[in-house]
Amino acid sequence: MRYLSLSDNDRKEMLAAIGIGSTDDLFGCIPQEVRLARDLALPGPMAELGLVREMEEAAARNAYPRFLSFLGGGAYDHLIPTVVDYLSSRGEFVSPYTPYQPEVSQGTLQVIYEFQTLVCQLTGLDIANASLYEGATGAAEAVLMAHRLTNRLKVLVARSLHPQYREVIRTYIRNLGLQAVEVPFSRDGRVDAAALAGLLDDTVSGIVCQSPNFFGVVEDVKALSEAAHGRKALSVVVVAEALSMGLLEAPGALGADIVTGEMQSFGLPLSFGGPYLGFMACRKEYVRQLPGRVAGQTTDVEGRRGFVLTLATREQHIRREKATSNICTNQALCALRATIFLESLGRPGLREMAWQNAQKAAYALDVLTAVPGVRRRFAGPPFNEFVLEFPKPWAEVDAALRTKGIVGGLGLEGAFPELRNSALVCVTELKRKDDIDRLGRALQEALR
Amino acid sequence: MIKEIREPLVFEISAPGKKASLLPPLDVPETKGLLDGVALRRDIDGFPEVAEPEVVRHFTRLSQKNYCVDLGLYPLGSCTMKYNPKVNERLSALPGLAATHPEAPVDLVQGNLSLLKRLEGYLSEIAGMDAFTLQPAAGAHGELTGMMIIRAALEDRGDPRKYVLIPDSAHGTNPSSAHICGYTVKEIKSNEDGMIDIASLEKEMAADVAALMVTNPNTLGVFESDICRAAEIVHARGGLVYMDGANMNALTGIVRPGDMGVDVLHINLHKTFSTPHGGGGPGSGPVGVQKALAAYLPVPVIEEKGGRFSVAFDRPKTIGRVRSFYGNFSVIVRALCYILSLGPKGVREIAEYAVLNANYIRKSLEQDYHLKYTASSMHECVFSDKFQKEHGVTNLDIAKRLIDYGLHPPTMSFPLIVHGALMIEPTETESKRDLDLFIAAMKAIAREAKEEPETLKSAPHVTYVRRLDEVAAAKTPVLRWEKRG
Amino acid sequence: MYPSDFYYTKEHEWIKIEGDEGLVGITDFAQHQLGDIIFVELPEIGRELDVHQTIGTVESVKSVSDIYSPVAGKVTAVNEALSQTADILNKDPHGQGWIVRLKIKDRKGLDGLMKAGDYEKFLEGLEA
Repeated sequence: MRYLSLSDNDRKEMLAAIGIGSTDDLFGCIPQEVRLARDLALPGPMAELGLVREMEEAAARNAYPRFLSFLGGGAYDHLIPTVVDYLSSRGEFVSPYTPYQPEVSQGTLQVIYEFQTLVCQLTGLDIANASLYEGATGAAEAVLMAHRLTNRLKVLVARSLHPQYREVIRTYIRNLGLQAVEVPFSRDGRVDAAALAGLLDDTVSGIVCQSPNFFGVVEDVKALSEAAHGRKALSVVVVAEALSMGLLEAPGALGADIVTGEMQSFGLPLSFGGPYLGFMACRKEYVRQLPGRVAGQTTDVEGRRGFVLTLATREQHIRREKATSNICTNQALCALRATIFLESLGRPGLREMAWQNAQKAAYALDVLTAVPGVRRRFAGPPFNEFVLEFPKPWAEVDAALRTKGIVGGLGLEGAFPELRNSALVCVTELKRKDDIDRLGRALQEALR
Repeated sequence: MIKEIREPLVFEISAPGKKASLLPPLDVPETKGLLDGVALRRDIDGFPEVAEPEVVRHFTRLSQKNYCVDLGLYPLGSCTMKYNPKVNERLSALPGLAATHPEAPVDLVQGNLSLLKRLEGYLSEIAGMDAFTLQPAAGAHGELTGMMIIRAALEDRGDPRKYVLIPDSAHGTNPSSAHICGYTVKEIKSNEDGMIDIASLEKEMAADVAALMVTNPNTLGVFESDICRAAEIVHARGGLVYMDGANMNALTGIVRPGDMGVDVLHINLHKTFSTPHGGGGPGSGPVGVQKALAAYLPVPVIEEKGGRFSVAFDRPKTIGRVRSFYGNFSVIVRALCYILSLGPKGVREIAEYAVLNANYIRKSLEQDYHLKYTASSMHECVFSDKFQKEHGVTNLDIAKRLIDYGLHPPTMSFPLIVHGALMIEPTETESKRDLDLFIAAMKAIAREAKEEPETLKSAPHVTYVRRLDEVAAAKTPVLRWEKRG
Repeated sequence: MYPSDFYYTKEHEWIKIEGDEGLVGITDFAQHQLGDIIFVELPEIGRELDVHQTIGTVESVKSVSDIYSPVAGKVTAVNEALSQTADILNKDPHGQGWIVRLKIKDRKGLDGLMKAGDYEKFLEGLEA
């Protein structure tokens, strides 16, 4: 087998040292009747070249990369600076375990500490954890956290929250006696304030909204937070397109108590949905209810600065069934990529990228709504995504665009039956003017 | 010496005006009054600004403060720190895979779906289960998913039941995962061999017990020889058996959990199937189930018909979604590559050599370190600091001294039933030379414990930082950098 | 070492009787076992506790322990100082480091507890 480092002689010496004749003797503790009496039915072994060919063939079966795509909806195609791949592929970052031995893990620990700081700066909150699995489970963890902080059993969840995030919240709370009530959106695509006022009472732990929301519309986080605080409920803001924080006011500065979501936009490839990078930040008084790992600063016996994983008593390996969450792993390597991404861009670079997204989306909105029959669905302010409504079913529009090598957007009717003939269109900095114009022409032909 | 460079935080070397040049100028007509009426941010207080050469130095220097598998033996018990093949990194990053959007129309990502379906099949074969989901993002997430499946199945029968039985040698995540599924945990004591005490199980396995959660081999590295009997007892009283597959590295190709009465299990791709740990993630924790439980698997479920793949969401009995999209795809691709590289014989050799290496270490050190449980070891062995305690030396001191010898410490926080544990798992990929280096270091430390215990108590001596004040870190947490003044 | 007018539990809590109230804390042995205490979770005033019900938790860097009520009663006061400086528990576990004050519901519960001498013997048994 590949990746075994023992010679025949090594094996012989080791068996002799143990005092047995063959490796079979090592498995005597396994009852004979359950042992596998045959070879596993698996392909291989494949040599490196064979494996490379095999995987390249599989990759070639994906037609998607050959299309011009305007998909977003929780996963975004952004520029990844070369240094991100270069630095994050170092073995010293890729191949260590969780930094439980701080003396030999200062690299990973300092990166986590810088990551936590960057998350705090972007969200405008006091503290952040070392990352979570991804955005949807982050939202679910935030719901559980709001329950622990308030002891209230009901949570209000905006219907304009990513539908998969809503589903995951439902899965997580189902066995815990908690209830999630959906808050509808209004005609401009934002949370319906009147409906919210009707649903909000003293049994509500928090309001969970996404901004920019699933339709790409920027919510009025300040008003939502004030509404929540009026009933001593928490304002939980989900950010699925983290790049928006480069341009929009920090949710924490607008009253959010917990900000969670997805940072895939910061240097992580689309990679068919994972691994991504969940994050969570909150006010410092909630620190003991924050799920996941946290790195902190301290000093060594000689007074030098160093970093350790801390506040471990919140976590599952110590608190067992009373832990704040059962999360064990974080997404350290993904958090590293985001940290390199953000530090490479810096303050002006991040702003510029976010601004170009908003500008290109605005241009695309102009171009596409100029096509006869195409209507903008929501009037609320967009960041880099918007919903269009077509004069015929999206499936037909989509099919026509695809014959021209374009994936024009994400159909919404499956998740939102009320949004007929509609699709979510995303435009990032990677789309050139020509790409957008090409979509406009193709759409015109598709609707003719 | 690089050790003497104290690498600052990026925020401390930041200065305005260092602009990266990454994007060409805006190529569309600028819209004036963009986002009018929306609260925009003026600044991001304290956000770094550094030049690219500085970024490269910063992270390269930081990387050198880490120990890693590429550098040497990493004997962390239950963590399975094996070599991560480099070709798998390259292949998981193939543009044809990495550039695919998770919402892409299924026609355009048939390659991805075929890879996912293949790994589901291979894992089913290796674990002896009927169906797999690759959704869970990590081992603990897999546990949660698996317990949700058990709960949903029992609810369907009319009663989700109240309790979950967990041996005292279990991973700490098990009780927490059971709890989040709404179950109360009851602990089962281990017997003197470190295995589940069948008599206690008989007694505790009542009609209100939903499941037994078992790790096999358990955290002592001991195979639960009575697993089949245990499963019979649980099944006879209407319960289900969950297996934490964190230690599958000892079993691949030798015995399959599904053949031992296990109903649900999770596997850690970042352990058994060699995907890199990345300093604490991303992982992947696929969950396998027997046929009767397949209907409860989370959505989406990938289906195949005549070589075409599709994605099913409409599954009435599903527990729902446990995360967004399709799981940690690029991790899944690495694990698939690993299995294809190894083939059936190689997958069996994982277990053979992992167990051989662990037993070689055990045999070589059993005169020097105390072995509380003497049942035969599988892929890891658990010593304790009992002999060294006589000289005032604890497992922590031994661990920290290993660092001075250029090695990573073993696991100490588990299992809870061994005080002062030193849980050692070498994995199958180590060379005899590296195993012998580790053994020699451990022997030297045992000697030092007697002769110069102070050297151990103040270890490590040669690292970038020495022992850190974890009490101060927890008492007055400083969790972020802040601008002074 | 262990005050003679206290009662002790096998989980290393103590209770000092003052009229119909009792002051509850953890023993010197317990604080020593835990090491540096960094956080104490206190109950709400007014909470009714059964015998052996969890009052709160004591945390060190890498452990969490429940504190159990030695008797049934109602919480009338909590030691707020602990939420600021938890290490009083290390420094003065039998005095300044008290945790809660209870209005005792049933004095009979005291019968099952140990006096100082018995507790010290109990500890010797543990250390052996």
